[in-house]
Amino acid sequence: MTQLALVIDLNVCVGCHACVTSCKEWNTSGEAGPMTDKNPYGADPSGTFFNRVQTFEVGEFPCTETVHFPKSCLHCEDPPCVPVCPTGASYKRAEDGIVLVDYDKCIGCKYCSWACPYGARELDEKQKVMKKCTLCVDRIYDESLPESERKPACVMSCPTSARLFGDIHDPESEVSVAIREHGGYQLMPEWGTNPSNHYLPRRKTRIKIHEDELERVDNPLSKEERKRHVGPSEGPSIDDMASW
Amino acid sequence: MHPAFSVIFLTTLIGAGQGLFLALYTSQVYSLFKLLPTQHMGLFYAVGALLAVLLLVAGLVASFFHLGHPERAWRAASQWRTSWLSREVIVLPVAMLFIALWGAAHYHDLTRPLFQAPGGTEVDLTLILGFIATIAAFALFICTGMIYASLKFLQEWHSPLTIINFILLGSASGFLTATTLSALLDTSLTHFYAGWALLFTVAGLVFRGASLIRNKRLRPKSDLRSAIGVRHTNMAQKAQGAMGGSFNTREFFHGKRDSFVRSIKYIFIVLAFVIPAALIIASFYRPGYLLPLLAFGIQYVGLIAERWYFFAEARHPQNLYYQSIA
Ligand code: SF4
Ligand code: SF4
Repeated sequence: MTQLALVIDLNVCVGCHACVTSCKEWNTSGEAGPMTDKNPYGADPSGTFFNRVQTFEVGEFPCTETVHFPKSCLHCEDPPCVPVCPTGASYKRAEDGIVLVDYDKCIGCKYCSWACPYGARELDEKQKVMKKCTLCVDRIYDESLPESERKPACVMSCPTSARLFGDIHDPESEVSVAIREHGGYQLMPEWGTNPSNHYLPRRKTRIKIHEDELERVDNPLSKEERKRHVGPSEGPSIDDMASW
Repeated sequence: MHPAFSVIFLTTLIGAGQGLFLALYTSQVYSLFKLLPTQHMGLFYAVGALLAVLLLVAGLVASFFHLGHPERAWRAASQWRTSWLSREVIVLPVAMLFIALWGAAHYHDLTRPLFQAPGGTEVDLTLILGFIATIAAFALFICTGMIYASLKFLQEWHSPLTIINFILLGSASGFLTATTLSALLDTSLTHFYAGWALLFTVAGLVFRGASLIRNKRLRPKSDLRSAIGVRHTNMAQKAQGAMGGSFNTREFFHGKRDSFVRSIKYIFIVLAFVIPAALIIASFYRPGYLLPLLAFGIQYVGLIAERWYFFAEARHPQNLYYQSIA
């Protein structure tokens, strides 16, 4: 079976919001109609988004680290939002595991948004139907696009390549390898939702260098050594420095 | 969670409607077994059933205000295999129908025994219709309760107490409605209903109190660490991806001060339980419809406060992602 998903590398994300704007641009211009904004330039702006980038500060000053955290529907393998829907508008596709909402069936009861622990669903205030990330289902199968562009808009736009897209059920896919080799993890595993999207943790590269690796104890060229041999032909020879 | 008045009215009104029917049918069954003086109650039951149906209809109308697309509401009956909301949508009209049929059968005096059950009990049409309506009323309580109790990460709701309380509180206000109606129409059943109403009110206080204590002791299973997957004891949100609000900040936060929420708790304990219980006890000594009516009105206001608190009390794990804007 196929399960399409995103893998988001928190080590690389710089919090530029390119994925947010690109997602909004693609999906607000699509066949499903606009993702409504209310007061976009007013005092209290509010709008529908599939994807948001949040920022967290970890640690206490001065030892702080900024974590940018892109957040969208995780296309859970056991999505709690789907069985609760009374109309069948929310469904999970068998062929690729994408969780979708049929906007023509949704009655806007909001029950599914209560049933998603991640707050990944947003009610469109104007169309009064539930909206969420579609993994750009209208892009990734579009054969009029060159193959390299059949990816979600957010993945295309990320300037740091923090977002990967692929089938997490194929062990050799780019996403599976990234999850396996870079410690990919799921959000809130305690609820058994089994999210398909994974996150790659922050990673630090540190080399361990010991004191004696920086300074040779028996260095014949050290100041002290050279002071001991003052006469001609007494100084260190090549044999002192090479190991042959 | 943000308490929505449409849902508050839906759950309290249909609860009272179901409870009212259960009260009427209880007295019918009691008189069948000669535990109550048998007398001709046909018209009273018909009026009561009409009121119960009106309460259910009012609840249904309130629920439509919750929907973004009420014109498509019929679709909500399709997913009964998995969704408790869908099951409620089916059971509610079924309960209405059988309560209405039961009332109509009483109105037309269709009480000729159809057959004798083993033990000599005479079964007539009203008994059968009422029995089906009783099952539907209980099924409706269970569906309504399970809509909330089935959401496991809303830990405050994920408990059998949720369903028990829907049953007890709905029954209390329904039996109190029956008491008032009976006192108004001057039947001999007033004390019978009042006794049950008192019992349900006290039991409601016990079980609602139990759920308050349980919820106070709850430890949230999720925290920011599992929410974003970073292990540190000191983390703070600096941006939530939007400067203004979003659906996530409107739907899942009650937006009131803690002191306000706490005061609602005390208000509902007094209005839904303490005062009505005292008034019911007083009504045993001072007959008339005034005290039961007052008790019903005060309890209904109390139940609205109770339901408001029920929603406000539930902390959704998604709130972890919406702690602060800056
Ligand atoms: S992240 Fe939320 S909306 Fe998306 S599949 Fe999981 S439970 Fe459903
Ligand atoms: S809001 Fe729409 S998609 Fe969500 S549960 Fe209700 S009908 Fe289903």
